[in-house]
Amino acid sequence: MAATSSTFFARHGKLERHSLLLLIAIIVVVSIGGLVEIAPLFYLQSTIEKVDGMRPYTPLELEGRDIYIREGCYLCHSQMIRPLKDEVERYGHYSLAAESMYDHPFQWGSKRTGPDLARVGGKYSDAWHRDHLIDPRSVVPESVMPPYAFLAKKDLDYRDVADKMRAMQRLGVPYTDAEIASAQDDLLAQADPTVSGRALKSHYGSKLNVRDFDGDPTRVSELDALIAYLQMTGTLVDFSTYKADAPANKR
Amino acid sequence: MAGNKETDAHSGMETTGHEWDGIKELDTPLPRWWLWIFYASIAFAVVYWILMPSWPGITGYAPGILHKSDRAQVVTDLAALKAQRSAQASRLATADLATIEKDPQLQAYALAVGQSIFGDNCATCHGTGGTGAKGYPNLRDDVWLWGGSLEDIQRTITHGVRSTDPEARTSQMPAFGRDQILQPGQIDNLTEYVVSLSHRPANTAMAAAAAPVFQANCASCHGPQGLGNQQFGAPNLTDADWLYGSDRASIKDQIWNGHGGVMPNWGKRFDANTIKALTVYIHANAGGK
Repeated sequence: MAATSSTFFARHGKLERHSLLLLIAIIVVVSIGGLVEIAPLFYLQSTIEKVDGMRPYTPLELEGRDIYIREGCYLCHSQMIRPLKDEVERYGHYSLAAESMYDHPFQWGSKRTGPDLARVGGKYSDAWHRDHLIDPRSVVPESVMPPYAFLAKKDLDYRDVADKMRAMQRLGVPYTDAEIASAQDDLLAQADPTVSGRALKSHYGSKLNVRDFDGDPTRVSELDALIAYLQMTGTLVDFSTYKADAPANKR
Repeated sequence: MAGNKETDAHSGMETTGHEWDGIKELDTPLPRWWLWIFYASIAFAVVYWILMPSWPGITGYAPGILHKSDRAQVVTDLAALKAQRSAQASRLATADLATIEKDPQLQAYALAVGQSIFGDNCATCHGTGGTGAKGYPNLRDDVWLWGGSLEDIQRTITHGVRSTDPEARTSQMPAFGRDQILQPGQIDNLTEYVVSLSHRPANTAMAAAAAPVFQANCASCHGPQGLGNQQFGAPNLTDADWLYGSDRASIKDQIWNGHGGVMPNWGKRFDANTIKALTVYIHANAGGK
């Protein structure tokens, strides 16, 4: 009789006959895998590189990132330059973990129907992004990207930007309460260089793109936010002070 | 349910002893080939843990005895690439632009580098063949806003146009309509005047009325005859080359809004050698003024 056997494998019958016990055992086994892979990322110091220049996104960039997610840009564009010769030659320095430390969720993507966008910031002019998002084939005839012309016509709804920042704060993004309090002011100040007397630069540093991004200074459109976000990607980390040889930065 | 083990008469296999409604379960062993691959993968995993970075610890992770690092590997790969290119790259670095153009071997190398860089970085705005589009200058026609000499092209690429670079080429055409510098009627007249400058039929009365307006507002950059000035990136208005369109609506729009294109400062992305190669490539394709 199998049930009388005292070996470990013979007790298997007990697991198979009690669904709740089986469920608990499955959870235990699966969480071991999860814990070993995920838990160290929360406490290991070497997970995120030591870099200068990373800052949380400005309210306008955060809104742009949300449009990036809403429109599913990540489905065709990655934001992850892998440490491979060809990629570094084409896109620039490979992506660092530190560069997505304020991304919740990260935008690494997994598919490149279009090019990688990790360092597209500053690569093209605002006017190009405008033309390209409104009608991609007007500037890149061979492109298969859908047009996003409606972004230029839609006013950005930024009423809940402070709440979004508070959500990010709870996830560990170091927004100060003062930054959250002036979120809407900061957002408007970044999209319009004629707005002055705001705390934008004291909050996010002087290396900011402050201008009218969509070519229509009379309003803040969704296009403004998206271009502000794109023009920032990959530009924050100061690679002149980054030490790739430091043991903590090797992978 | 749990019963005695027995040997199945048809297959010759032992049963598990389980029986449901007269159906018995065979205890067929896993195929040998499958089992051995399974054991081999476990053995492989153990070897991999020892050789490669794998297990996380409290303060770090086990680097593995090979100390393999993708990031160190890419540095090595890039260094190897640089060494492979070094013979021609060092000649490119020491030669001046004019010399590169005269040396067929060096020029061929520069053209190859230039073409590859142009394809990913410049063609996005200037077009796959460099023929440009509305708002993005044509680089094949030897008409230049900021100068078409090798040195001028090199400077434009390095520092950009209206970019964030302090040495960028910069000028700003006023938005005569939007900023209410001129009256709408004056702008209509001026549009006719600009059309007439390029030897096309225009309303002569309107054009004549705009002539003093042109001299007062436009001539300082575009020149009294509208021939342009490369110092300010001011285009020649008398030729057939129009950055923002040649029809009346486009000309009026440009006077009204004063568009000014932005070109990034590529000096921050490319090393000096790459920019040299790109300069030679663009110069050669434009006909080489």
